[in-house]
Amino acid sequence: MALELRHITKKQGADTHIYDTSISFSAGGFNVLLGATNAGKTTLIKLMAGLEKPTSGQIWMDGVNVTKLSTQKRNVSLVHQFFVNYPHMNVFENIASPLRVSGMAKSEIAGRVEEAADILQLRPMLLRRPDELSGGQQQRCALARAIVKESDLVLLDEPLANLDYKLREELRDQLPELFAGRKSIVIYATSEPSEALLLGGQTATLHEGRVTQFGDTTSVYRTPADLTSAQAFSDPPMNTAKVVKSGPEIRLSDTVSWQATGDVAGLSDGEYTVGIRPHFISPLEGKDGSVGLNGTVLVTELSGSESVAHFDIGGQSWVSQSPGVHPYRVGENHAFYMDPARCYFFAPNGRVVG
Amino acid sequence: MAKITLDNLRHSYMDAPQHDDDYALKQIDLDWADGGAYALLGPSGCGKSTLLNIISGLLHPSQGRILFDDVDVTGLAPTQRNIAQVFQFPVIYDTMTVFNNLAFPLRNRGMDEARVMARVEEIAAMLELDNMLGQKAAGLTADNKQKISMGRGLVRDDVNVIMFDEPLTVIDPHLKWKLRSKLKEMHQKVGVTMIYVTHDQTEALTFADQVVVMQEGEVVQVGTPVELFERPGHTFVGHFIGSPGMNVLPCDVRDGSAFLNGVHMVVEGPVRDVAGSRTELGIRPEFVTLADSGIAARLRKVSDVGRHKVVEAIVGDTIVSAIVSESQQVPDGEVFLQFAPEQTRVYADGWLATEKGATS
Repeated sequence: MALELRHITKKQGADTHIYDTSISFSAGGFNVLLGATNAGKTTLIKLMAGLEKPTSGQIWMDGVNVTKLSTQKRNVSLVHQFFVNYPHMNVFENIASPLRVSGMAKSEIAGRVEEAADILQLRPMLLRRPDELSGGQQQRCALARAIVKESDLVLLDEPLANLDYKLREELRDQLPELFAGRKSIVIYATSEPSEALLLGGQTATLHEGRVTQFGDTTSVYRTPADLTSAQAFSDPPMNTAKVVKSGPEIRLSDTVSWQATGDVAGLSDGEYTVGIRPHFISPLEGKDGSVGLNGTVLVTELSGSESVAHFDIGGQSWVSQSPGVHPYRVGENHAFYMDPARCYFFAPNGRVVG
Repeated sequence: MAKITLDNLRHSYMDAPQHDDDYALKQIDLDWADGGAYALLGPSGCGKSTLLNIISGLLHPSQGRILFDDVDVTGLAPTQRNIAQVFQFPVIYDTMTVFNNLAFPLRNRGMDEARVMARVEEIAAMLELDNMLGQKAAGLTADNKQKISMGRGLVRDDVNVIMFDEPLTVIDPHLKWKLRSKLKEMHQKVGVTMIYVTHDQTEALTFADQVVVMQEGEVVQVGTPVELFERPGHTFVGHFIGSPGMNVLPCDVRDGSAFLNGVHMVVEGPVRDVAGSRTELGIRPEFVTLADSGIAARLRKVSDVGRHKVVEAIVGDTIVSAIVSESQQVPDGEVFLQFAPEQTRVYADGWLATEKGATS
């Protein structure tokens, strides 16, 4: 099973929502669309669902051009961020509805509904109406409706965004198992980098209507193709700074410089942007070769097991994230250490070069 | 600005509540110091919104009193309490400029224009809204609109407390960081009492100096983020805070010693008398390591979450999570786990039952 977008674009009046995009998704494992609000995730989902037609380009499903097919004819399931259930039907009827539409025999429907309800722990609630359920249960009901029929394509548009943190954690854990062993192509849109990593599979990073990178989730995370992909896949945001390479030396400021090693040593002299994720900047002196950064602490945050410090160097804001509790004092100067081996180098056009 | 006291507070939505379960708030006694940054943390339905509505005066409690600086305000209407509130969705006037939005609460109170001007400009600069003061609010992004909502609360210097009810829900993750640190910075500068209500542990822990954790209408623990993380007073706190949450494993306690599947476990200190209680061991994934010997377990799953790996292994019938470094190789099949003794605790009927001391 494969879904192929061929040179898709989507314009709305003078605005371009999706620029020329070609990408192909296959079954087995999650396909994550990762990007900020307005990056184009929901537009892509609507195009793939057939709810909107592309301005140009084609959509192919398993070798068939489905660009002009209506949603009803595409065998698609869609779960939204907001819980959508039929308010007048009980949970059983809600889950059964796609099967009834497809004309399945009554005897078979009951079995399928119960199976889906078991997986999503809805069995005790089958006779309740959606308004008698908690938010998490309502969204599980919507998910059950999406898995009860064997859709070719399952589209999940930030399905956990409106749920409690812990519930989100639980469902996120179950989702990949839910679809494992099915033939469906599963596409999952999210704005949270950590969610993409936890779901695994493949990830496409989106930025302002363009797919900037697509590949195995961990490899997109570890080897970003360009600055926008790296930034889309970093939370807290990646630290970036202008540096100048001259000979073996990388100079960040009058007081901060280090020796180029590895790929970076081979780069031609000139100006680059370095990017480094906050967890590679530590308040503790690291291994040999770590680069000292002195900054004024602006804000500190503690998330239980980790300390985050926002600090300022020459008018630019940096972030460090490290395990444990560190006694930062706001307004005071602190030493931080960055591991230069963890820096990405981006050329002026944004492409990664080291 | 004021100290806030919740005295013997209970609330039920029923006309004639009989049992504890009939109460949305079971029993709350709390003191919130003047100028503190507090978070009210818990899952939906835990009673945090009920508590918020009681403090703001939208709801009259079934029992107990609310005091601002030791003055009973229980009978006062919301408008008489001098509270600023920021909600999930921005509450602003779209047709007004950013300046007029921020000035509105001040002009409403008859402040003279010169002072309005000075105060609005001061707050706008702190929130980095100063370059858009002349713009209509309608065209702004969600995060800027929410900043205006916050600004409308912060601009008044006569409020007793500013309450935030899930204020970052509609904000993108990469902007949440910014807004959260902005809010924290504002608290440090303005020093007004702030109460931040959320179900998101990260938001609560990063914002607050003191976090109040609620479950089923009860306060289960009040503490600093470090205290809640390091020594959860209840298994619920251990589970709810931390990602993944604290591992909780059924255990036996005999003669003051804890046993996991018959094997003696060294814990943080003396175990109190737990006769007749359901006993469990609690240990955070951060303090579980993979080793060559120790607790036998079967590997279930390894998730690479970028800055570290989360390993799930099965001990008896229980899944135990361990956080290991990005570079650590994890063997398949049988593995052995070690629990750091000073971070291993006994819980009896959910409540912490060890004292910190010489590990035993």
